[in-house]
Amino acid sequence: MAEARLHWVSGPVIRAVPEGDFAVNEAVLIGERRLLGEIIRLTREEIVIQVYEDTTGLRPGVRIRGTGYPLSVKLGPALLGNIFDGLLRPLAGGEAIHVEPGMRAAPEQTFAFCPRLKDGDTVAGGEVFGEVSRNGVTQRVLIPPDVAGKVSHIEPDGDYSDNAGLVTVKAADGKTHTVGMQHTWPVRVPRPVTRRLPPDRPMITGQRILDTLFPIARGGKAALPGGFGTGKTVLQESLAKWCDADIIIYVGCGERGNEMAGVLHEFPQLQDPRTGRSLMERTLIIANTSNMPVAAREASIYTGVTVAEYFRDQGLHVALMADSTSRWAEALREVSGRLGELPGEAGYPAYLSSRLASFYERAGRVTALNGEEGSLSIIGAVSPPSGDFSEPVTTHTKRYVRSFWGLDRERAQARFYPAVHPLQSYAEAVDELAGWWRERGSPHWRERRARLLKILEEQDQLERMARIVGKDALPPRQQCILLAGELINQGYLMQSSFSPTDRYASPERQSVMLGLITRYIDLALQAVEQGTSVDTLRGMPILRKLQRMKEDLGEEALDDYAELEHELDDAFAALKPETVHEG
Amino acid sequence: MKADLYAAGNATRIDGPLLFLERSLDVGLNEAVEVSGADGRPRLGRVSALDDDFMTIEVLETTQGLALNETRVRFRGAPLHFSLGPDLLGRVYDGVGRVIDGGPPIAAEQHLRIEGMALNPARRASPADFIETGISSIDIMDSLVRGQKLPIFSGGGLPHDALAIQLARQSRLRGDDAGRFSIVFAGIGIPHDTAEQFRTAMERSGALGHTALFLNLASDSSVQRLLTPRFALTAAEYLAYELGHHVLVILTDITNYCEALREVSASHGEIPSRKGYPGYMYSDLATLYERAGIIEGRPGSLTQIPILSMPSDDISHPIPDLTGYITEGQIVLDRNLHRRGLYPPVKVLPSLSRLMKDGTGRGFTHEDHPDLANQLYAAYARAVQVRVLANVVGEDGLTETDRYYLRFGDSFEHEFIAQEERRGLEASMEIGWRLLAALPASELHRLSDAQIAKYIEPHHG
Ligand SMILES: Nc1ncnc2c1ncn2[C@@H]1O[C@H](COP(=O)(O)OP(=O)(O)OP(=O)(O)O)[C@@H](O)[C@H]1O
Ligand SMILES: [Mg+2]
Repeated sequence: MAEARLHWVSGPVIRAVPEGDFAVNEAVLIGERRLLGEIIRLTREEIVIQVYEDTTGLRPGVRIRGTGYPLSVKLGPALLGNIFDGLLRPLAGGEAIHVEPGMRAAPEQTFAFCPRLKDGDTVAGGEVFGEVSRNGVTQRVLIPPDVAGKVSHIEPDGDYSDNAGLVTVKAADGKTHTVGMQHTWPVRVPRPVTRRLPPDRPMITGQRILDTLFPIARGGKAALPGGFGTGKTVLQESLAKWCDADIIIYVGCGERGNEMAGVLHEFPQLQDPRTGRSLMERTLIIANTSNMPVAAREASIYTGVTVAEYFRDQGLHVALMADSTSRWAEALREVSGRLGELPGEAGYPAYLSSRLASFYERAGRVTALNGEEGSLSIIGAVSPPSGDFSEPVTTHTKRYVRSFWGLDRERAQARFYPAVHPLQSYAEAVDELAGWWRERGSPHWRERRARLLKILEEQDQLERMARIVGKDALPPRQQCILLAGELINQGYLMQSSFSPTDRYASPERQSVMLGLITRYIDLALQAVEQGTSVDTLRGMPILRKLQRMKEDLGEEALDDYAELEHELDDAFAALKPETVHEG
Repeated sequence: MKADLYAAGNATRIDGPLLFLERSLDVGLNEAVEVSGADGRPRLGRVSALDDDFMTIEVLETTQGLALNETRVRFRGAPLHFSLGPDLLGRVYDGVGRVIDGGPPIAAEQHLRIEGMALNPARRASPADFIETGISSIDIMDSLVRGQKLPIFSGGGLPHDALAIQLARQSRLRGDDAGRFSIVFAGIGIPHDTAEQFRTAMERSGALGHTALFLNLASDSSVQRLLTPRFALTAAEYLAYELGHHVLVILTDITNYCEALREVSASHGEIPSRKGYPGYMYSDLATLYERAGIIEGRPGSLTQIPILSMPSDDISHPIPDLTGYITEGQIVLDRNLHRRGLYPPVKVLPSLSRLMKDGTGRGFTHEDHPDLANQLYAAYARAVQVRVLANVVGEDGLTETDRYYLRFGDSFEHEFIAQEERRGLEASMEIGWRLLAALPASELHRLSDAQIAKYIEPHHG
């Protein structure tokens, strides 16, 4: 490989004199500690390298070695259930309490292999050539997307190291490729697929405000912007725990170390409601915390999405949480600044928007190369300075996502979680997703959703009016709308991630709750029309029951909701005689 | 450590804090240097850029008085280190870790790099030990746990110093495993009085013996402010992870630190980001705040209470904003409450403790503590809204329910937030239940029927 000699260093950027051929984006190893870097600029006389680690101690004269490959990661079965840094180097298992600079190879691991092909078979890129398993978890292993040909040899059933070659493929050009459980892939290059498919069904998150009001499609993209402390991380973690994806890739990009530790300690103890297995088994964490080197923060997003695509290519439904994309954008800005590039809006480089676009474009529902359907959904947190959504990262992200979950400071301060603001959020795929709800026995999902949104909007206007004239001055129907809005918010949209009963709401429970809430609103409006005062409505015990049903009636109590409906009808039936007006 | 190397007479330019030298020696990036001029006074610095022919030294103290010919640079062969030993407590240091109390130097057992390397997140233990501070608005509403970083967002003239002193003096663990407790105080660009006030308070409570004070006073070099919290945190890490202490670090005032950061960035000619602060201020602050925590398998803990004054009381200013994005919550002080004579003037709505969920509730404090806090939050948020409404339409325009909230808001501020003496957790909880009992029970959505029967109804007598 080509070598170079360092001749200038400052911060995470170094310049070197090349002695051989390098390529842009080629990964390089610097000095004796083999610090990882990537070539970001190239001339005949000089290469400019962005270093992913602490550059302390580097000096002119240090040797730099090219690797011949673009910045890549090794994809294989040992990834699931583990925590890695932004360059996919394992963080668990070592003795050191600090993140030490320098390349470390992942330890070798053994899996039971079961071939799916035989000698003489023709294989194409992305094809499944076997299954590997360990501790009761089975994963598929793939031919790399860029390899195809005839199988000249495949190993039989047995235990193998994840470094071992298992299949030999003879390509049409006569070259032979040895393929094992792992293969490498450059992080900045999207993995190819056969076809991209339109959204067909929601990814169920178990969060009522999302599934009912602002759904995300399987293979969809959502942005989650909000000021500090408004609940981005908790919501991302809730999705990681309860959404109905097969695989979760959790990228902590420039955020807190304690949060990563929290996920690492909590997930193994939680059970996946769908499989009954530990949640950690389907999860992979990529952690580049705020105090780790900034350049690696930039890479971690690409690492995450590449790993996610790898699982998608196995025919799985993958959800990637990126917390926070703003830290990634800031890393981009910092490196751009050091290169002396012309700053654009708020100092971000002009290519911020296209980088965001190409990141979110990697989401989608697809037919993989092997013909299987897989999907990758991306949920990106955005941390706008001062919580102001008009800043560049939020506004550009908005252009590329189809679900927008804007978090509201005022709601968060009243401890109303999730603090998603119903009037500042949206979801575009609603029409495509209604069919799924219909098939699941909820034909009214779309109308009810629209109804809720309409009442919330009206409530907002009325509250503004009440601020001028006083609530008492509003006519009874409008006061009743205020009451309905309160019930929707408190009784339905509010959902604590820390409540063992309510942290997850199945589509079935959401449906019955939604039915009850809309039924109440109908009955209440009717009663008011017939002369019942809003104060009387407020004092009815059934109202409190509806407000509390989310906490009092959990998933196992679905039948009790039917009873609650009877109670609701009875309560209003009982109202009538008292309030009949004379004359 | 490598032997020291010297260079003299090869300085080519001095520009603000930057000193340019011909590169006559083989030194590495970020290595520490001492620069002295004709006055012979050593100034700390570090190698900030290198090329084949030249090197740039960032002088971390004033470059005033340096001349090209007489400048002498001593290279330490390693990044800045702090020499520490177990007798470091009970002592006073300047902003760069030099003893200034007239006593002997500390007997060094370890030399630790002041730029702490990033803790491996996979080696962190989750903080979950509730610290009882004796302050209701913190203990009930935004509980502090060991290993947390919980800043105080304050403003000029607000009693943040008094609050910090109170926290340092009266915080304790419930249960008996108190462990060994020590305090590291870093004064960053603070007036002499504030430093003295803290010292006497610690002395009076007998805590000075397990306190280490690092003082960069308002009159000291502003560039040095960038080093003060790093020296202090290095000492704290040594106490926590090597000696097993539970260390409380008070850093005040982070705003002065950020001003120094802006100054240095400007002198480097960097493109500024918001309000002239450098674009990397988030990452830079993170390298301080993220040094709080607990390490799995080690006995100690490092808890941080950074104090910052919000310029013009503006919480959206980059300093509090970026801090809030890194720390695990914030305690916000309020000028309005202060003006009305309420102490501590904690503005509970924007205050938050993110680790509260891990250190409260069954098995930690009290099983009904989280719901009580939630209900108090919901009720007080509504009370504040109603207050705004009442200012416009008058009390008469309010519904009956809203009038209950209005009264609740007042009593919450006077009887719960304000306090003269330390309150135990149970006493604080009891006040909370009593205040809630003044609201109609149908409003208490965040409480279960059982909780209402147990805690609210008895007050209806
Ligand atoms: N869905 C929720 N249920 C219950 N509590 C919540 C929920 N969301 C947020 N919270 C509360 O709000 C706090 C802050 O939330 P979180 O840490 O997710 O904020 P954030 O938006 O990620 O902030 P930052 O940008 O600073 O990281 C949490 O510690 C928790 O106490
Ligand atoms: Mg967060």
